[in-house]
Amino acid sequence: MSNVVLEVRDLGINFGGLRAVDGLNIDVEKNQLYGLIGPNGAGKTTVFNMLTGVYEPSDGTIKLNGELLNKKKPHEIARKGVSRTFQNIRLFKNLTVLENVLIALDTQADYSILTGVLKLPKFFRQEKEMEEEAMRLLAVFGLDSDAHTLARNLPYGKQRELEIVRALGTHPKLLLLDEPAAGMNPQETQSLMDAIETLRNTFDISVLLIEHDMKLVMGICEKITVINYGTLLACGTPEEIQTNPQVIKAYLGE
Amino acid sequence: MSGINQFLMQLINGLNIGSIYALIALGYTMVYGIAKLINFAHGDIIMVGAYVSLLCLNTGMPWFLACIVTIVVCAVFGVVMEKLAYKPLRKASRISLLITAIGVSYLLENAFQLIFSANPKPYPGFITLPNIKLGSISIAANYYVTFIVSVVLMVVLNLFIQKTNVGKAMRAVSEDEGAARLMGINVDNTISLTFAIGSALAAIAGILYSNCYSPINPFMGSLPGIKAFIAAVLGGIGSIPGAVLGGFILGMIETMVKAYISSQLLDSIVFTILILMLALKPSGILGKSVKEKV
Repeated sequence: MSNVVLEVRDLGINFGGLRAVDGLNIDVEKNQLYGLIGPNGAGKTTVFNMLTGVYEPSDGTIKLNGELLNKKKPHEIARKGVSRTFQNIRLFKNLTVLENVLIALDTQADYSILTGVLKLPKFFRQEKEMEEEAMRLLAVFGLDSDAHTLARNLPYGKQRELEIVRALGTHPKLLLLDEPAAGMNPQETQSLMDAIETLRNTFDISVLLIEHDMKLVMGICEKITVINYGTLLACGTPEEIQTNPQVIKAYLGE
Repeated sequence: MSGINQFLMQLINGLNIGSIYALIALGYTMVYGIAKLINFAHGDIIMVGAYVSLLCLNTGMPWFLACIVTIVVCAVFGVVMEKLAYKPLRKASRISLLITAIGVSYLLENAFQLIFSANPKPYPGFITLPNIKLGSISIAANYYVTFIVSVVLMVVLNLFIQKTNVGKAMRAVSEDEGAARLMGINVDNTISLTFAIGSALAAIAGILYSNCYSPINPFMGSLPGIKAFIAAVLGGIGSIPGAVLGGFILGMIETMVKAYISSQLLDSIVFTILILMLALKPSGILGKSVKEKV
């Protein structure tokens, strides 16, 4: 029971009169790769936005290792250990690859302006340590050789990977990946799948991912939740999901 | 020979006023970069700085203490201004923010007029270093101190923004506020800090300006504020090197127009530059032109 990292209960949100998500339950266990899938407009990104504090849920609870996250601000939730990437890449494009990761690391360092301005030796030592850690993280995706390139000059696939590295920089317990393979070719998708597995094992984190690429989802996720019109349609192992008639109906029609 | 001397003198005048414009323009451009707001009340912080430092000096406080108090007061003032006037409107349309900023500007000018009256007050200049002789021309202390202080501040600011983690956070917020939040950056604090730094720079500009151009009055910040805004646009609003460059270019143009063309046409020429810039290259000299992806 204590193995559950993310516990979502009866989660719901209204946008005006629209019930975008309703009565959703998710349990992500420690070190689990968990998939959240559903047809377009099913409310997947809305769920992510509630998990990260961008939207405030109308009802239900979100707990991270037993701690209630509802009503916390996005930056607080990020510091508690929930980090994410975006469907449309949202890197700091005019900063270097390294700086993108350092920003995430900095927020964990609990810096103060005074440390930066006054305690110079400590500050420089800390900066150096952070830079080394950032390079280690970048190396997971082989991005360390591009450390001083501006993020916007990276090829598309690498930008997606950099977003994951940046998210790892906040030392998350739970990593949320919003369509990590969107726009990638089959080879890139394959190497991404391998990388997600690797980082889950190396960094000992849980991963919750939204994805349309069924090969990726079925290939690496241990558990999958399918939502449609904001409500739970099915939940189970990839095999169970693939043979679930309701899921097939939602995706392919009658 | 005297022609060259006169030109050199004008060059020095241009650097002097240019460095003041650059200091103010930095505040404009930083706030714009982070809060996407043209803070038209920014120029009035110069005036606040001038009056606060005057009050301090009149109590007999030593000048460096007066400067520190002024900088702190103005920084806090900038933060309070943001919290009271702009923060509640952060989700409102840009035009509401802009109009609010104009309102804040008028509020400050008239409040100070009410408190201190509209009569100009003599400012006891405290920069009493000797003049520097360069060949046959001599440069007054006010001028070279203003220039040196401004350049040092610009270098420090640039290092701060490029090298420190707080500076990185500022750049991140300016690029994508939402993503910055989700990476654990406290956006509210970052915005407050930006206002504090911008206002502190304006306070220093106010002190330097008053030293060069005593007496002071409640409306003294208005025109330099607008000029600095033009400088920021000229250099590319949102760009820090752009603000510095724009400030110096504008100061130089202004001085040269005043000396060699007509001091009456001065402001019309400066504003024509703004109009031309906006018409021909709205992103400014160093600004990035944003291409909409379709």
